[in-house]
Amino acid sequence: MNYETIAGLAELAAERGEPISALVLRQQAEQLEISEEEVYERMAASYRVMAECIGPGCDPDLRSTSGLTGGSAFKMRQVSQGGRSLTGSMISGALYRALAVSELNASMGRIVAAPTAGSCGILPAAVLTMQEERGLSERECVMSLFTASAVGMVIAHNACLAGAQGGCQAECGSAAAMAAAAITELAGGSPEMAAHAVAIALKNILGLVCDPVAGLVEIPCIKRNASGVAGAFVAAEMALAGIESAIPADEVIWAMKKIGDSMAPSLKETAEGGLAATPTGQRLHKQVFG
Amino acid sequence: MNVFDILGPVMIGPSSSHTAGAARLGRIARELLGCEPVKAEIRLHGSFARTYRGHGTDRALAAGIQGMDTDDPGLRDALETAKKRGLDITFKTVELDDAHPNTAWIILTGGDGRQVSMIGSSIGGGNILVTKLNGMDVYVTGEKETLIVRHKDVPGIIAQVTEVAALAEANICNFRLSRQEKGGEAVMTIELDGIYGEELGLAIGHLPNIYSSIVLKPVS
Repeated sequence: MNYETIAGLAELAAERGEPISALVLRQQAEQLEISEEEVYERMAASYRVMAECIGPGCDPDLRSTSGLTGGSAFKMRQVSQGGRSLTGSMISGALYRALAVSELNASMGRIVAAPTAGSCGILPAAVLTMQEERGLSERECVMSLFTASAVGMVIAHNACLAGAQGGCQAECGSAAAMAAAAITELAGGSPEMAAHAVAIALKNILGLVCDPVAGLVEIPCIKRNASGVAGAFVAAEMALAGIESAIPADEVIWAMKKIGDSMAPSLKETAEGGLAATPTGQRLHKQVFG
Repeated sequence: MNVFDILGPVMIGPSSSHTAGAARLGRIARELLGCEPVKAEIRLHGSFARTYRGHGTDRALAAGIQGMDTDDPGLRDALETAKKRGLDITFKTVELDDAHPNTAWIILTGGDGRQVSMIGSSIGGGNILVTKLNGMDVYVTGEKETLIVRHKDVPGIIAQVTEVAALAEANICNFRLSRQEKGGEAVMTIELDGIYGEELGLAIGHLPNIYSSIVLKPVS
């Protein structure tokens, strides 16, 4: 078993009649030379850190270190929990949680990079919202993080996970693909469905550049985390309905790499292009750094 | 690569490169000094120089220099706690030649007057690379447990050091040596398979002609 292709993971899991997460946990225990229970517990500890982000992230007075952002998770949660959401509690719940984790990150809170700090809201929002809405056990949720991590390893192996290297598609795109696989597994989808969810989630975010205002992990990163988890649900919903991606996940990852390579440096976390270069982006930059 | 390279580290935000990596660099500089620092001069280059306040890079470096980990909530107030414990930290911005965009040059002074000068970069995802130690070229990633031995450049010293490692049954997977001048100060950086702990560093420290010997734990 290796982490070279999504197809390989999905086929092996189907062959063994097990979810991807079970294979990954077993293999990781062998690789790290510790027991499965120890690997599981380490992942469970990360999941608890993720869960602990939501409360403080929804503080109405939360502000980032720069003072540019904060407080949107609170607003979104008010709407979600007040039953006034346009899209229902699953999507609005995922949106406020993604905002909460990302805004907490921007205010120097304690988070889990998933796979990066800039994209740290997407996977926790997906899994915590599934737990809440579907009444899932912590064990099921922690296991789904192994599936998500395996997807992340395949992407890291064949492309990259850093905005400076591949643009936002590599950070929030990878996180959305990872989250889509986790959601699909949590909803009872097959490994093949999870693979299609990965492909669809990543396809829908291909080409997204990394153009943070003032170089900070705030604008537009926080809202792209919300958008990323929504995209993960969109992909999982389609995959669970039996809709297939015409382009297989591994080829989508290949395309992501090629697109990232051909992206101009000004659009890869240098804060020189895109939104960072707009008049408002420039003004906010001056406001923070003088 | 393992699942915890993808999901992790657990860290204080906002940026794995500008915050978590910076804290790790500060921590390594402290370990290299080997005692409680009283003074820190930090020279920031590139993106570190331009954006350090917004990313909390200054607080993260200060936290690491005080021995905090990347997920220590005390990181946020590390500039204030430094003042309280009598650690004087100054930040300057510099232009270094051929340096990675996220580079810090950290000069620490201990209570007994000893000094260490380290240049390191935060290369993404919280990973770091130390490239200079007291003016000598090094290559320390912190991915493996790493022995860093500062010593006098004398014949036979490599054999003595590696013999101590061999007695501890430590397998060396990477070895580098760099020196200021013949007969002057030199540094060995030795990456090991597995974990041997600080006893190995102490044992090497007892050999003649060794200035300092430390074991850096892997950073993840």
